[in-house]
This record gives sequence, C-alpha cells and structure tokens, in this order.
Amino acid sequence: MLSRTAENLYWLARYMERADTMARLLEVGYRMALMPSAGEGYRNEWASLVAAAGSSVGFEAKFGEGFRQRDVETWLIFDRENPSSVVSCIETARQNGRAVRTALTSEMWDALNGAYLELREIERRPRSEALLPQLCDWTKRQAALLRGATEGHLQNDGFDFLNLGSYLERSDNTARLLDVKYYVLLPTTSMVGGAVDTYQWSTLLRALSAHRAFHWSYHGEYTPRKIAHFLILNRSFPRSLLHCQERIATHLARLASAYRSRTAAHDRLQVMLGELAEAQVEDVIDEGLHEFLSRFIQQNAALGQDVADGYLFGVQ
Amino acid sequence: MYDGNDVRPAYRQLVDWVGSTSPETLARKKEEAEALFRRIGITFAVYGEGADTERLIPFDMMPRIFTEAEWRKLERGVKQRARALNAFLYDVYHRAEIVRAGVVPADLVFRNEAYEPAVVGIDPPGRVYSHIVGIDLVRTGPEDFFVLEDNCRTPSGVSYMLENREIMMRMFPELFRSSRILPVDDYPQRLRRTLASVAPPKCDGEPVAVLLSPGAFNSAYYEHSFLADQMGIELVEGQDLFVQGDFVYMRTTEGPRRVDVIYRRIDDGFLDPLCFRPDSMLGVPGLMNVYRSGGVTICSAPGAGVADDKAVYIYVPEMIRFYLGETPILKNVQTWKCGDPSDRKYVLENLKHLVVKEVHGSGGYGMLVGPKSTQEQIAAYAERIKADPGDFIAQPTLALSACPTFEDGEGLAPRHVDLRPFCLVGQEVHLCHGGLTRVALKEGSLVVNSSQGGGVKDTWILAD
Repeated sequence: MLSRTAENLYWLARYMERADTMARLLEVGYRMALMPSAGEGYRNEWASLVAAAGSSVGFEAKFGEGFRQRDVETWLIFDRENPSSVVSCIETARQNGRAVRTALTSEMWDALNGAYLELREIERRPRSEALLPQLCDWTKRQAALLRGATEGHLQNDGFDFLNLGSYLERSDNTARLLDVKYYVLLPTTSMVGGAVDTYQWSTLLRALSAHRAFHWSYHGEYTPRKIAHFLILNRSFPRSLLHCQERIATHLARLASAYRSRTAAHDRLQVMLGELAEAQVEDVIDEGLHEFLSRFIQQNAALGQDVADGYLFGVQ
Repeated sequence: MYDGNDVRPAYRQLVDWVGSTSPETLARKKEEAEALFRRIGITFAVYGEGADTERLIPFDMMPRIFTEAEWRKLERGVKQRARALNAFLYDVYHRAEIVRAGVVPADLVFRNEAYEPAVVGIDPPGRVYSHIVGIDLVRTGPEDFFVLEDNCRTPSGVSYMLENREIMMRMFPELFRSSRILPVDDYPQRLRRTLASVAPPKCDGEPVAVLLSPGAFNSAYYEHSFLADQMGIELVEGQDLFVQGDFVYMRTTEGPRRVDVIYRRIDDGFLDPLCFRPDSMLGVPGLMNVYRSGGVTICSAPGAGVADDKAVYIYVPEMIRFYLGETPILKNVQTWKCGDPSDRKYVLENLKHLVVKEVHGSGGYGMLVGPKSTQEQIAAYAERIKADPGDFIAQPTLALSACPTFEDGEGLAPRHVDLRPFCLVGQEVHLCHGGLTRVALKEGSLVVNSSQGGGVKDTWILAD
C-alpha cells in the first residue's frame, strides 16, 4: 500500500475520533456549568476544558482570558482557526477520505461526506438554534456512523491503519479527560468525596458513555481509585488505556506478520503494554495520577511518531 | 440516426421501445440515472466558476448506435491513424525523414511548443509514443466520417464511457437482453495489458504500472482514481515516487517498490523539475534520466504532444501515405491555416461561416463559432487573428450528425453529437467497441465540450 494512502486512512480515523472527543468534552462542560461554581481553583470549568483540548494558547490569543461559554463553544465547535474544532476535524477527515476514495467502502464515504454536508447545513442556521446538547449528540452520532461503516472495510493493512489512527487518538483523549477531572477541576484534596466531586465524576463517566458500564463493573460509589482503575486498567472498557493499547498491539502485530518486519513502534508498544498490563491501581496512585497520565500522553505521542516513521512517511 | 426523414434501421428497436413507454416512466428513469451518477460521484470540475466546482456531467439516456459493419470501417480508419501518428512521433525524434522529404514543414515540427528536444534519440519500448489515442470524429453521412482532432497525450473521458454503460445496464436491462450490444468493460484490462506490453528493457519479472495523477483537485481526478481502481494499479502523485540510482520507486508501507511503467495524467512540463519546469511540484526529480537509460516507460511518452497539434493535424493524411503507404480511410475536415496569407484572407472574409480555433487550445475554450456569433464578437476575433495569425486555424461548420436526445418537456429532439473512440497502442493496436459520445444539449449548438454545457451518451455497437 502507498504510504500516502496509509497516512490518509490513519488521519481520517484520528480526526473523526478527535471530533467525537471534542463533543464529549463540551458535554462535560455544560453539565458542570449547571452546577454552582466550585469556587476558587481553576479559573472556571470552561477554561479547564480548553486546557484539556490542548488549545489554551490559541483560544486566549483570539478571545482573551474571559473563557465565556459562548466563546468556548465557538472555539471548540465552529472555529476553523482551531485545528481541533469539530468543524476542522470533520473537514480534515473528509479531505483525507476524499484523497483515498477508492480505498474506502461507499458506506464509509457516505458517513464522511454526509457529516460534512450536514455540518455545512448546521453552520448556515442561526446560532440560537444550534443548541449545545444537540450538537454534541450529532457529532457523536457521526463518529459512531463512521466506526460502524469501517467494520465493512476489507480487513487488510488499510483496516489496520484506520484502527491505529482511532485507538492512538482515543487513548490520548481518555488520558486527557481523566487528567482534567483529577488535576484541573478539583482544586483541593479536602473536597474529595464531596457532592461536587461525585457530580464531576459522574459527569466524566457520562461523557465517556461509561456511566452505566461503571456501575455494572464496580457496584456503587465513585472513588478516584475505582475510576482510575476503570479508565486506565480495565481491559473490557473500550475507552480504557489498556484496552486501546491492546487494540493497537493487535493491529501492529497484523502489520508485522503481513509485511514480515517489525518497526520501532512494535518495540515501544511492547514496553508500554507490559507496564500497563501488570500495573495495579496502587502503582498509579503512588506515582501520582497526574504524573502517570502526563507520562502516558508523552509515550503515546512517541508511539504515534514511530508509526508515522515506520509506515506513513515512506521509508527509503 | 436519421436517414432522410426515416429512422435508420439500427435505431428501430429503440424507437419502438420509447414509443411504447409512458412519458412518466421515461421521466422517472431520467431521475434515477441522475441519482445514480450523484451516488457514484461522477463529477467534473469547471475552472473559473468559484466555490462549487464539482458538477455532474449531464447524461442523456438515449444511446447512440452503430452497426458492427459501420464500426469495422471506422475501426480500420482509427487504427490506421494511430499507427501513422506513432510513426510520425518516432520519426521527428530521430531522422525526421518526413521533414527532409518536404512533406511536413520543419518549422511546424521543430519550432512547435510541444516538440521536446530533451527526448531526441530516445527509443521508447516498441517505438510507441502515444499509447492511448483518442480520435474525435463527426459523421456527416452514412459513409462519411471526419476527424475533428487527434488526442495523443492523455485523452480523458474513458471513465464516462464505462460508467454510462454501467448505468444504462442497470436502468434498461430489457434493452440489453434483446439487442446484442458489444461490451466495453474489457477496456481497463486491455489498458493494463497495453501498459505491461511496453515495459522497459531493464524490467525483470512482472511489470509494475502506476497511474500518476496531479491529485484530488484536478478536474479529471475522478477518472484517474476510477481507472487505477479498475486496473488494480496504484494511483500515485509525484510525492509518492522517487528516483534512486537507475530506477523509479514508490513509497509504500512496506518500503520502496520499483515502478516500471508510469501512465501519467500530468503534462510534459510537470514531469521532472530537473528537466522541464523547475517549479513543478507534481513531478519526480530525476525521472527523465531514468527514462533515458531505459529504467522506466512513460505513457504517453514525453514529446507526444507534437502530433496532436491542430496545425500538424492538417498533415495526418500525408503521414498515412508517407509511413504506411495506404490511402487514408478517415477524412480530415478542410482546414485553413491563418498563418498562410491566402488562407488568412479567405478566413477573414468568411468568418461568419467558419469555426476558428486556437492551435494550442483545448476544451472548447477560446474558439469562435461564426454562425452563432454577433458582429462584434466576430470583429474582435478578427483582430486576434491578425495579431497572431500562426496561432489560429479555421474549419467549415459541418452538417453534423444529429441523434435523438431527451429534452425537458419536449420528449425526443435531434441534437448534434461527436464521438471519441479510444485506441490502445502497445505491442498490438486495439480499438475499444464503444466510445464517448458527446452531445450539444442546446438546440442548434455545435459545441459538445463538457466545459461548455455539453452532455454525454452511451455508445452502442450492435453485433451483426
């Protein structure tokens, strides 16, 4: 397969997953905004969301430090100057798809192109009609449509690159969302276990579509320990870090056997997966959740770079 | 399709079918066809139209029909022309016998913009320069076919031929059951074999062919991806290829892979920034060196454009006699060269009866259709001709063949058509049993180019 084709497949899946995460982040935001303010601590929930989306610098340059809800909505959904806004993500995903149309099933193309066309329609409507909850739901639905359509793709190396894109993005996103809740939203340890704390945890789980799944698996109240275990180490939860890393491992292994050669990505993943698979939740807490997540996000980014170097840039 | 006032026999069955089908059914079929085209995404880009550059090409459901006997004659004529054009190309890049013999003027060849000094003396495999020859034809009578122009570089439109047929078969299976229509869907496989048959001398093993496209923003990108897909070869852009040592490679997820044959859909000037335009982002640096040393075949060969120049066109019948010693089967349209003083005088005096074209233009842009133009337009065009006479040729407007075409609200009405059959030249010469029929959708219009509001039809060859 052409490296450029693989690259387009990888990024189209990544950008659609990222659009999904932006919608989930905003969902956390508006649910938190319904609560009385947590008082001091981080400037406000909306500021923390922009920080979690990794685009504080761009936002402040454009809107200043006010972090009003409307500005944040604009920035994270409609703003083309923000490369990770929902609009930018969906347009980039479609562009990547268009470049490799014949490598996609017609259902996948319909999902990408349909999302793009509907979005143009939404942008034409007055903003007062574009309610945030509906926009979030719409975005999540588009991502789900593409994921569903991808199941029908020929299960060849192209399918592996699509999945590598999705799972690399998703594990990065889960780590960031968890970090926001733990490090950014809750200013002091004295509030742990309080009503605000509980409300925030349940909001986070809802945003990850994991509210019910958590209760099935852990019966009962939220503790940082249980939630950290759920989102990091529970291999049956499709957004957990361990699950994503295992999926990445599967697709890297398929590539290695199809191409009969391994890359630096295989070695790095083996180390990462080894650590995650054996880790206890105590290890994570001892290291400090924030420190652990920061380290994970870095390793994950390096893994993405290895995949790019090994396959997407056309090794000579 | 009309023979005097009578419908030609080949169309009989079709006309009976239309007569027995209700207008509502026909209208519904037309909508279905458009929906199918939109689903598949067959669009073409029109330059200079602002934001929405992806448009559907209008499709007419009424096919154009030839009998196999008619087609056989046309086939002999097209193949003859394709052979002569390739012989001419080999000649002008070697000993130029035809110029020495005084048959074709030297200026016309060597001072032609499309003449490529960089490929003089190179022997492409099989001595083939133009591997896909598209000959644009019109018919003026049962036995009279005229060639409008030759396309030796990268004629486009073959995807419409294939998709038009696909859509017709989906919509009117009953017509295909009762008429024996020769298939066209072997074209991609034949093209692939043609490309493989001209693999370079240094190729050992199964030749690897690729289609080199300028990318997704090109107006013919749909066709590029369609053909690559149908042939099962990679669709590459310049950035996917690189030169190392004596060969061209493509970047793949499994490392470099050697490429033997490049079916390029980019112009000569963009092929290799080290040899041609240094600002080209679409090409592959070093490609021409590999080509010279026999490491890769480029289809069509660089420099092939000199044979389809509208001024060189005038000499094609002479080429057929000169190289093949045969009598030309297809006729040329009478053509006046504005560069020639006596021709120019005639052209300027008769502009309102003539069609005037730029010698190097294409796509129906920049032409004057005398009978359809106002006094002011004609006067303005005359000034352009006087300023640069060598850049223009003129032809009479022909009594073009008309073909029944669906018109909103009018039912069937005659519209002018032309035909582009596709001839493949490799170790063998093959003409596909069909072609692209373009139709001028405006009543009385003679311009069939899709960029000028023309549409397309399926083309049927009925087996004897």
